[in-house]
Amino acid sequence: MKFAVIRFPGSNCDQDCVLALNNLPGASADFVWHKDTSLAGFDAVVVPGGFSYGDYLRCGAIAQFSQIMQTVKSFAASGGTVLGICNGFQILCESGLLPGALVRNKGLHFVCKHQSIRVESTNSRFTRTATKGQVLNIPIAHGEGCYFADDATLAALNANDQILVRYCDAQGQTTDAANPNGSRENIAGICNETRNVFGLMPHPERACDAALGSTDGLVIFDSLLKC
Amino acid sequence: MKVLVTVLPKPSVLDPQGAAAAEAIRHLGLSGVGRVRIGKVIELELPDSTPDSEIHRIAKDLLSNPVIEDYSISK
Repeated sequence: MKFAVIRFPGSNCDQDCVLALNNLPGASADFVWHKDTSLAGFDAVVVPGGFSYGDYLRCGAIAQFSQIMQTVKSFAASGGTVLGICNGFQILCESGLLPGALVRNKGLHFVCKHQSIRVESTNSRFTRTATKGQVLNIPIAHGEGCYFADDATLAALNANDQILVRYCDAQGQTTDAANPNGSRENIAGICNETRNVFGLMPHPERACDAALGSTDGLVIFDSLLKC
Repeated sequence: MKVLVTVLPKPSVLDPQGAAAAEAIRHLGLSGVGRVRIGKVIELELPDSTPDSEIHRIAKDLLSNPVIEDYSISK
Protein backbone atom coordinates (compact mmCIF):
# COMPACT_ATOMS: atom_id res chain seq x y z
CA MET A 1 0.00 0.00 0.00
CA LYS A 2 1.53 3.27 -1.09
CA PHE A 3 0.90 6.37 1.03
CA ALA A 4 1.18 9.97 -0.13
CA VAL A 5 2.28 12.24 2.71
CA ILE A 6 1.34 15.80 1.79
CA ARG A 7 3.99 18.40 2.48
CA PHE A 8 2.97 22.04 2.95
CA PRO A 9 5.28 24.90 3.85
CA GLY A 10 5.25 24.57 7.65
CA SER A 11 4.45 20.85 7.84
CA ASN A 12 6.71 19.33 10.49
CA CYS A 13 5.41 15.80 11.04
CA ASP A 14 5.76 14.76 7.41
CA GLN A 15 9.09 13.00 7.94
CA ASP A 16 7.79 11.19 11.03
CA CYS A 17 4.86 9.87 8.98
CA VAL A 18 7.04 8.71 6.08
CA LEU A 19 9.49 7.03 8.48
CA ALA A 20 6.75 5.27 10.47
CA LEU A 21 5.02 4.04 7.31
CA ASN A 22 8.20 2.88 5.57
CA ASN A 23 9.02 0.78 8.63
CA LEU A 24 5.77 -1.16 8.27
CA PRO A 25 5.79 -4.36 6.22
CA GLY A 26 3.50 -3.91 3.23
CA ALA A 27 3.56 -0.11 3.35
CA SER A 28 5.63 2.49 1.60
CA ALA A 29 5.34 6.27 1.69
CA ASP A 30 6.54 9.27 -0.24
CA PHE A 31 6.23 13.03 0.04
CA VAL A 32 3.86 14.97 -2.20
CA TRP A 33 4.46 18.73 -2.45
CA HIS A 34 1.54 21.13 -1.98
CA LYS A 35 1.94 22.49 -5.51
CA ASP A 36 1.63 19.03 -7.06
CA THR A 37 -1.69 18.13 -8.60
CA SER A 38 -1.49 14.36 -8.99
CA LEU A 39 -1.93 11.45 -6.60
CA ALA A 40 -1.46 8.87 -9.35
CA GLY A 41 0.03 5.64 -8.05
CA PHE A 42 -0.95 6.27 -4.41
CA ASP A 43 -3.45 4.15 -2.48
CA ALA A 44 -3.92 6.44 0.50
CA VAL A 45 -3.23 10.02 1.61
CA VAL A 46 -1.85 11.27 4.93
CA VAL A 47 -2.22 14.97 5.73
CA PRO A 48 0.41 15.38 8.45
CA GLY A 49 0.79 17.68 11.42
CA GLY A 50 2.61 20.96 11.66
CA PHE A 51 1.77 24.59 10.99
CA SER A 52 0.85 24.72 7.31
CA TYR A 53 1.33 28.23 5.92
CA GLY A 54 2.24 29.37 9.42
CA ASP A 55 -1.33 28.68 10.58
CA TYR A 56 -2.08 32.20 9.30
CA LEU A 57 -5.71 33.34 9.52
CA ARG A 58 -6.86 30.02 11.09
CA CYS A 59 -5.20 26.62 11.33
CA GLY A 60 -5.67 24.96 7.94
CA ALA A 61 -7.48 27.94 6.40
CA ILE A 62 -4.89 28.64 3.71
CA ALA A 63 -3.99 24.99 3.09
CA GLN A 64 -7.55 24.18 1.99
CA PHE A 65 -6.96 26.28 -1.15
CA SER A 66 -3.63 24.67 -2.09
CA GLN A 67 -3.39 22.85 -5.40
CA ILE A 68 -2.89 19.40 -3.92
CA MET A 69 -5.94 19.74 -1.67
CA GLN A 70 -8.18 20.03 -4.74
CA THR A 71 -6.82 16.62 -5.79
CA VAL A 72 -7.20 15.26 -2.25
CA LYS A 73 -10.86 16.36 -2.30
CA SER A 74 -11.59 14.44 -5.50
CA PHE A 75 -9.55 11.48 -4.21
CA ALA A 76 -11.75 11.44 -1.09
CA ALA A 77 -14.93 11.91 -3.12
CA SER A 78 -14.11 8.78 -5.11
CA GLY A 79 -13.73 6.77 -1.89
CA GLY A 80 -9.96 7.09 -1.40
CA THR A 81 -8.49 6.74 2.08
CA VAL A 82 -7.48 10.06 3.68
CA LEU A 83 -5.97 10.33 7.17
CA GLY A 84 -5.47 13.77 8.75
CA ILE A 85 -3.30 14.06 11.84
CA CYS A 86 -3.30 17.18 14.05
CA ASN A 87 -2.85 20.08 11.59
CA GLY A 88 -4.04 17.57 8.99
CA PHE A 89 -7.31 17.16 10.94
CA GLN A 90 -7.68 20.95 11.03
CA ILE A 91 -7.10 21.12 7.27
CA LEU A 92 -9.69 18.40 6.58
CA CYS A 93 -12.26 20.31 8.65
CA GLU A 94 -11.46 23.61 6.92
CA SER A 95 -11.72 21.84 3.56
CA GLY A 96 -15.17 20.56 4.39
CA LEU A 97 -14.05 16.92 4.18
CA LEU A 98 -14.94 16.52 7.85
CA PRO A 99 -17.65 18.35 9.85
CA GLY A 100 -16.90 20.78 12.69
CA ALA A 101 -13.79 22.79 13.48
CA LEU A 102 -10.82 22.89 15.84
CA VAL A 103 -10.47 25.97 18.04
CA ARG A 104 -8.10 27.24 20.72
CA ASN A 105 -7.58 24.84 23.64
CA LYS A 106 -9.88 25.65 26.55
CA GLY A 107 -6.90 26.15 28.87
CA LEU A 108 -5.17 28.39 26.27
CA HIS A 109 -1.93 26.41 26.66
CA PHE A 110 -0.18 24.37 24.00
CA VAL A 111 -0.54 20.80 25.29
CA CYS A 112 2.28 18.33 24.59
CA LYS A 113 2.10 14.96 26.37
CA HIS A 114 1.12 11.32 26.12
CA GLN A 115 -2.65 10.99 26.19
CA SER A 116 -5.04 8.07 26.55
CA ILE A 117 -7.71 7.78 23.88
CA ARG A 118 -10.49 5.22 23.66
CA VAL A 119 -11.50 3.47 20.46
CA GLU A 120 -15.23 4.18 20.11
CA SER A 121 -15.88 2.35 16.88
CA THR A 122 -14.07 -0.37 14.96
CA ASN A 123 -16.40 0.07 12.00
CA SER A 124 -13.83 1.85 9.83
CA ARG A 125 -10.81 1.03 7.73
CA PHE A 126 -8.76 3.01 10.29
CA THR A 127 -9.79 1.10 13.42
CA ARG A 128 -10.87 -2.33 12.18
CA THR A 129 -8.04 -4.23 13.94
CA ALA A 130 -8.60 -2.45 17.26
CA THR A 131 -11.18 -3.57 19.79
CA LYS A 132 -14.08 -1.36 20.88
CA GLY A 133 -13.19 0.31 24.16
CA GLN A 134 -9.46 -0.29 23.69
CA VAL A 135 -7.36 2.44 25.33
CA LEU A 136 -4.43 3.73 23.26
CA ASN A 137 -1.53 5.75 24.61
CA ILE A 138 -0.69 8.28 21.89
CA PRO A 139 1.07 11.66 22.05
CA ILE A 140 -0.78 14.92 21.52
CA ALA A 141 0.88 18.25 20.70
CA HIS A 142 -1.41 21.12 19.83
CA GLY A 143 -2.62 24.58 20.81
CA GLU A 144 -5.83 24.48 18.80
CA GLY A 145 -7.30 21.04 19.22
CA CYS A 146 -10.60 21.80 20.91
CA TYR A 147 -13.16 20.10 18.69
CA PHE A 148 -16.32 22.12 18.12
CA ALA A 149 -19.49 21.22 16.26
CA ASP A 150 -23.03 22.44 16.80
CA ASP A 151 -25.62 20.23 18.53
CA ALA A 152 -27.17 18.98 15.29
CA THR A 153 -23.76 17.96 13.89
CA LEU A 154 -22.84 16.22 17.15
CA ALA A 155 -26.10 14.29 17.11
CA ALA A 156 -25.42 13.19 13.54
CA LEU A 157 -21.84 12.15 14.39
CA ASN A 158 -23.14 9.99 17.24
CA ALA A 159 -26.05 8.57 15.24
CA ASN A 160 -23.77 7.60 12.35
CA ASP A 161 -21.04 6.13 14.59
CA GLN A 162 -18.55 8.67 13.17
CA ILE A 163 -16.71 9.35 16.43
CA LEU A 164 -13.80 6.90 16.25
CA VAL A 165 -11.72 8.01 19.28
CA ARG A 166 -12.37 9.99 22.47
CA TYR A 167 -9.98 11.37 25.11
CA CYS A 168 -10.09 9.29 28.28
CA ASP A 169 -8.09 8.49 31.39
CA ALA A 170 -5.84 5.43 31.70
CA GLN A 171 -8.88 3.39 32.80
CA GLY A 172 -10.83 4.38 29.70
CA GLN A 173 -13.20 6.82 31.44
CA THR A 174 -14.07 9.83 29.25
CA THR A 175 -14.13 12.32 32.12
CA ASP A 176 -13.80 16.11 31.95
CA ALA A 177 -10.45 15.81 33.74
CA ALA A 178 -9.18 13.54 30.96
CA ASN A 179 -10.17 16.06 28.27
CA PRO A 180 -6.93 17.92 27.44
CA ASN A 181 -8.38 20.75 25.39
CA GLY A 182 -12.11 21.20 26.04
CA SER A 183 -13.26 19.25 22.98
CA ARG A 184 -17.01 18.66 22.90
CA GLU A 185 -17.86 15.17 24.18
CA ASN A 186 -14.11 14.44 24.56
CA ILE A 187 -13.86 13.98 20.80
CA ALA A 188 -10.31 13.20 19.65
CA GLY A 189 -11.07 12.00 16.13
CA ILE A 190 -13.95 11.57 13.69
CA CYS A 191 -14.56 10.09 10.26
CA ASN A 192 -16.82 11.30 7.49
CA GLU A 193 -20.18 9.74 6.71
CA THR A 194 -18.72 7.45 4.06
CA ARG A 195 -16.00 6.40 6.56
CA ASN A 196 -13.03 6.86 4.19
CA VAL A 197 -11.75 10.14 5.70
CA PHE A 198 -10.48 10.19 9.29
CA GLY A 199 -9.05 13.11 11.25
CA LEU A 200 -7.61 13.05 14.76
CA MET A 201 -5.55 15.38 16.93
CA PRO A 202 -3.30 12.69 18.52
CA HIS A 203 -0.19 11.58 16.61
CA PRO A 204 -0.24 7.82 15.88
CA GLU A 205 2.95 8.17 13.81
CA ARG A 206 4.79 9.15 17.00
CA ALA A 207 3.67 5.92 18.69
CA CYS A 208 4.99 3.32 16.24
CA ASP A 209 8.33 2.49 17.84
CA ALA A 210 8.94 1.14 21.37
CA ALA A 211 11.93 3.50 21.65
CA LEU A 212 9.45 6.40 21.59
CA GLY A 213 7.49 5.05 24.56
CA SER A 214 4.44 3.54 22.84
CA THR A 215 3.54 1.42 19.84
CA ASP A 216 -0.20 1.98 20.23
CA GLY A 217 -0.35 4.05 17.04
CA LEU A 218 0.41 0.99 14.96
CA VAL A 219 -3.16 -0.27 15.25
CA ILE A 220 -4.38 2.54 12.99
CA PHE A 221 -1.82 1.86 10.25
CA ASP A 222 -2.23 -1.92 10.61
CA SER A 223 -5.97 -1.47 10.14
CA LEU A 224 -5.33 0.40 6.89
CA LEU A 225 -2.93 -2.26 5.64
CA LYS A 226 -5.57 -4.93 6.19
CA CYS A 227 -7.98 -3.17 3.81
CA MET B 1 -11.91 51.45 -1.51
CA LYS B 2 -11.03 50.04 1.86
CA VAL B 3 -13.27 47.41 3.35
CA LEU B 4 -13.11 46.20 6.93
CA VAL B 5 -14.17 42.64 7.67
CA THR B 6 -14.75 41.90 11.35
CA VAL B 7 -14.67 38.25 12.37
CA LEU B 8 -15.90 37.14 15.80
CA PRO B 9 -16.39 33.70 17.35
CA LYS B 10 -20.04 32.66 17.41
CA PRO B 11 -21.66 33.14 20.84
CA SER B 12 -22.06 29.35 21.13
CA VAL B 13 -18.33 28.72 20.67
CA LEU B 14 -15.99 28.59 23.64
CA ASP B 15 -13.71 31.66 23.53
CA PRO B 16 -11.03 31.13 26.19
CA GLN B 17 -9.08 34.19 25.03
CA GLY B 18 -12.12 36.36 25.59
CA ALA B 19 -12.74 34.77 28.99
CA ALA B 20 -9.10 35.38 29.99
CA ALA B 21 -9.32 39.02 28.88
CA ALA B 22 -12.57 39.46 30.85
CA GLU B 23 -10.83 38.10 33.93
CA ALA B 24 -7.89 40.48 33.39
CA ILE B 25 -10.29 43.43 33.14
CA ARG B 26 -11.69 42.41 36.54
CA HIS B 27 -8.13 42.37 37.86
CA LEU B 28 -7.86 45.97 36.63
CA GLY B 29 -10.56 46.75 39.16
CA LEU B 30 -13.47 47.08 36.75
CA SER B 31 -16.21 44.79 37.94
CA GLY B 32 -18.93 45.60 35.43
CA VAL B 33 -17.46 43.71 32.49
CA GLY B 34 -19.68 41.06 30.95
CA ARG B 35 -18.72 38.68 28.23
CA VAL B 36 -15.64 39.50 26.16
CA ARG B 37 -15.08 37.97 22.75
CA ILE B 38 -11.86 38.23 20.76
CA GLY B 39 -11.83 38.08 16.99
CA LYS B 40 -9.99 39.84 14.21
CA VAL B 41 -10.34 42.73 11.82
CA ILE B 42 -9.11 42.41 8.25
CA GLU B 43 -8.62 45.46 6.04
CA LEU B 44 -9.00 44.85 2.31
CA GLU B 45 -8.10 47.24 -0.50
CA LEU B 46 -10.48 46.55 -3.37
CA PRO B 47 -11.50 48.23 -6.63
CA ASP B 48 -14.47 50.55 -6.06
CA SER B 49 -16.48 48.47 -8.50
CA THR B 50 -16.20 45.27 -6.42
CA PRO B 51 -19.74 43.94 -5.92
CA ASP B 52 -20.90 43.18 -2.39
CA SER B 53 -21.43 39.56 -3.36
CA GLU B 54 -17.71 39.19 -4.02
CA ILE B 55 -16.77 40.77 -0.67
CA HIS B 56 -19.16 38.39 1.09
CA ARG B 57 -17.61 35.47 -0.77
CA ILE B 58 -14.12 36.44 0.43
CA ALA B 59 -15.41 36.88 3.98
CA LYS B 60 -17.42 33.66 4.05
CA ASP B 61 -15.11 31.29 2.16
CA LEU B 62 -11.72 32.42 3.43
CA LEU B 63 -11.63 35.10 6.13
CA SER B 64 -14.12 33.38 8.43
CA ASN B 65 -15.15 29.82 9.13
CA PRO B 66 -18.96 29.75 9.31
CA VAL B 67 -18.84 26.72 11.63
CA ILE B 68 -17.30 28.78 14.43
CA GLU B 69 -17.35 32.44 13.39
CA ASP B 70 -19.62 35.25 12.22
CA TYR B 71 -18.44 38.18 10.15
CA SER B 72 -19.60 41.69 9.35
CA ILE B 73 -18.51 44.07 6.63
CA SER B 74 -18.06 47.83 6.78
CA LYS B 75 -16.88 50.13 3.98
